[in-house]
Amino acid sequence: MMTLLIARITFREAFRRRLVLAVLILSAVFLGLYAFGFKIVHDDVVRFNDARQGRTLPYEVQASIMVLLGLYTVNFLAGIMTIFAAVGAIAREIEEGTLHAIIPKPLARWEIIAGKYLGFLAMIAAYITAMVTGVLLISITVGAYTPPRIVEGMLLMILVSGILLSLTMLGSTIFSTMANGVVIFMLYGMAVTGGLVEQIGTALNNDTMVRIGIITSVLVPSDSIWKLASYVVQPTLAVNLTGPNPFGTSTPPSDFAVRYAIVYCAVLVITSMLVFRRRDI
Amino acid sequence: MIVASETQSPARTAALETTTQVTALPPAIETDNLRKVYDRRIAVHGLTIRVEQGEVFGFLGPNGAGKTTTVKMLMGLVHPTAGTARLLGKPLGDRDAKRKVGFLPELFRFHDWLTGEEFLDFHGRLYRMSAAERRKRIPEVLELVGLAGRGGEKLRGYSKGMQQRAGLAQALLNNPQVVFLDEPTSALDPLGRMDVRDVIRRLRDQGTTVFLNSHLLSEVETVCDRVAIINHGQLAAVGPVLDLLDRAFAVELRLGAWNADIEAAISRTGRILELDHPTPRHSIATIEAADEERIAALVDRLVALGTPVYGVTPRRLSLEDVFLTIVGGQRLQQPALNPHQLERPSANGRTPDAVKSDLLTRTDSERER
Repeated sequence: MMTLLIARITFREAFRRRLVLAVLILSAVFLGLYAFGFKIVHDDVVRFNDARQGRTLPYEVQASIMVLLGLYTVNFLAGIMTIFAAVGAIAREIEEGTLHAIIPKPLARWEIIAGKYLGFLAMIAAYITAMVTGVLLISITVGAYTPPRIVEGMLLMILVSGILLSLTMLGSTIFSTMANGVVIFMLYGMAVTGGLVEQIGTALNNDTMVRIGIITSVLVPSDSIWKLASYVVQPTLAVNLTGPNPFGTSTPPSDFAVRYAIVYCAVLVITSMLVFRRRDI
Repeated sequence: MIVASETQSPARTAALETTTQVTALPPAIETDNLRKVYDRRIAVHGLTIRVEQGEVFGFLGPNGAGKTTTVKMLMGLVHPTAGTARLLGKPLGDRDAKRKVGFLPELFRFHDWLTGEEFLDFHGRLYRMSAAERRKRIPEVLELVGLAGRGGEKLRGYSKGMQQRAGLAQALLNNPQVVFLDEPTSALDPLGRMDVRDVIRRLRDQGTTVFLNSHLLSEVETVCDRVAIINHGQLAAVGPVLDLLDRAFAVELRLGAWNADIEAAISRTGRILELDHPTPRHSIATIEAADEERIAALVDRLVALGTPVYGVTPRRLSLEDVFLTIVGGQRLQQPALNPHQLERPSANGRTPDAVKSDLLTRTDSERER
C-alpha cells in the first residue's frame, strides 16, 4: 500500500536529519545525568530519612517528582523533535523538488500526507517509548520506585506529540519551511504558557487566567494532554502534596480532553490533505 | 504502436484523426484550451496541442514562456485554471494513465541518502511494480542511462550529471508509454547529451512517446519529429521540424557596394541575420525572407540602385533562426495571434500545410508593421 511505502521512507529519513540526531544524543546524555541525579536523591533519602522523619516529603513523593521531571523532559524533547522533524515534511520537499517525481506516480496526494503522518508518528512513538522505558528502568533500578499507570502516561505523551505533529504537518502544507517553523514554535510556546497561566490562575482563583488557559488548550491541546499524562503517572499522595506546579497539575483535564485531542488531530490531518490536494507544486 | 515517420504527412494526420477508425490509438497527449493563471500573471494562455503516440515532440520556448507550467499541469503538479487535458485518452490524474507515464522533472533532489538501486526500488514501488519486475528492470535502466555498476553508491556521492541520469532512469523504470523530459540535459556535458539523445532515439524506436521540454534547439532539431514553440504562454507555432525549417528561408547576398540605401532596401525585404564587415565596395549580407518573389524584387531594386549583385545563395535556416524569428517578433509586438487559429485540425479539418501558410502570412504581416 502506498501510504505504508511513504510512511517507511519518511521513518527512515526522519532519523537522518541532523537535528533529530542532535536530540537523540542530547537524550542519551540526559538519561545518564538523570540516573545520576536519581541516585543522589535516593541515597540521600535512604541515609537521612530517619533523622528527618516527618519534616520532609515521603520518599514515594520525592521519587514521583523525579519521575515527573524525567517524563517532562522527555515530553519536551519529543515535542522539539516532532516539530524539527516534520517542519518541512511537505514544504521542504516542494522547495527541493523531491515531490515533483513522486506526485506524478500512481498514488493519491492524500496518501502522501497519510504516509508521512504515520512515518513521523512511528518515529516519535519509538522515541517516546525508548525514553520512557529508560526513565522507568532508572526509576526502578536506581530509585527502587515504580510509578503507577506508566503505560497510560506514555500513550498520552505520544498523543501530545501527535497533536504537535498534526499541527506541524498542516503548517507544512501551507507555509514555507522557515515560516512554518516560526508559526509552530509560537503556537507551541503559546500552549505551554497558556497551561502555566491556567495553573497560576487556579492557584490564585483567578477566572480570567483560567479562561485564557482553557482557550489556548482548545487551540493547541498539547499542554492539557501532558497535564493529564503527568497526573496519571503520579500516586494520589504525590498529587495532593505537590499541588499545582509547572510540571503537573492537581486538577487534570477530563477524558473529554483526550477525545477532543484525537478529533483535533483527525481534523487537522484531513485539513492538510485537502489543502495539499489543491496546492500547486 | 505507430512508428513516427520523419515528416508527418497530411494523410497520416488525417488518418489518425478519424475517430471512427476502431484501431486508432488515443493521442498520447491532448490539451484543450489549457490555461493557468497565477494570481494575476498568466503562465499558460489557452494551450491546445495534440501529440500522437510514438511521436518525439519538442516543446520549445524562451525562459518563462510557460513550458514547465504546462508539463506540471500534465503531471498533476499544478491545477489548470481552465481547460482540459488527457493523457493516453484518460483525464488527468487517472491512475492507470499515471502508471504508463514517466517524468523527469527539471529541478529535483531525490532522497540522496539512498543508493541508486534503493532509490529506483522506491520509485518502482511507487509505480506498483512487483518485486520480480523491479529486480529485472532496475539493472536494465541503470545500464540504459550509463550508470551500470554505480547502483550501489549513495546518490549523495553522485555528480550532478549522474543524478540527472538517475532521474532519467527513474522516468524510464516502468517502461512508460509516454515520457516527459523537462530539460533532461541541463546538467550534462556534451558526451552526456549525446547519451541522452541516444536514449531518446531508442525510445522512439520502441514506439515510446517522448515529450521533450528544452531550450537546446540543436538537441530538439536532431531528435524531434514535431515541435511546438510557445511564447508568453501561447502557442506560437507547431509542426514537423522540417516544415518549420521551411517556413522562412535565408539568402546570402554578395554585393559590390554597401550604403544606407542598400541597407534600407534590404531591411524592407527581411531581417538581416548576418552582415560581414561591409565596405563601400564589398558586402556579404545574410537576410531572411518569406518567399522567393520578395528576393527577386529585392534584386531588381538593388540593380536599379546601381548595386553590383555578385551572388544570391539560398541558405537553410536552423531551428534557432526560426525560433528567434518567432520569439523575437512577438517580443516586439504582442499578442501576436490567437492560438486557436493554429493547429486544430480535429476541429476544422485543416492540414498542417494550411497551418503553415497561416504562419507565413502572420510572419509577413508582422514584418510589415
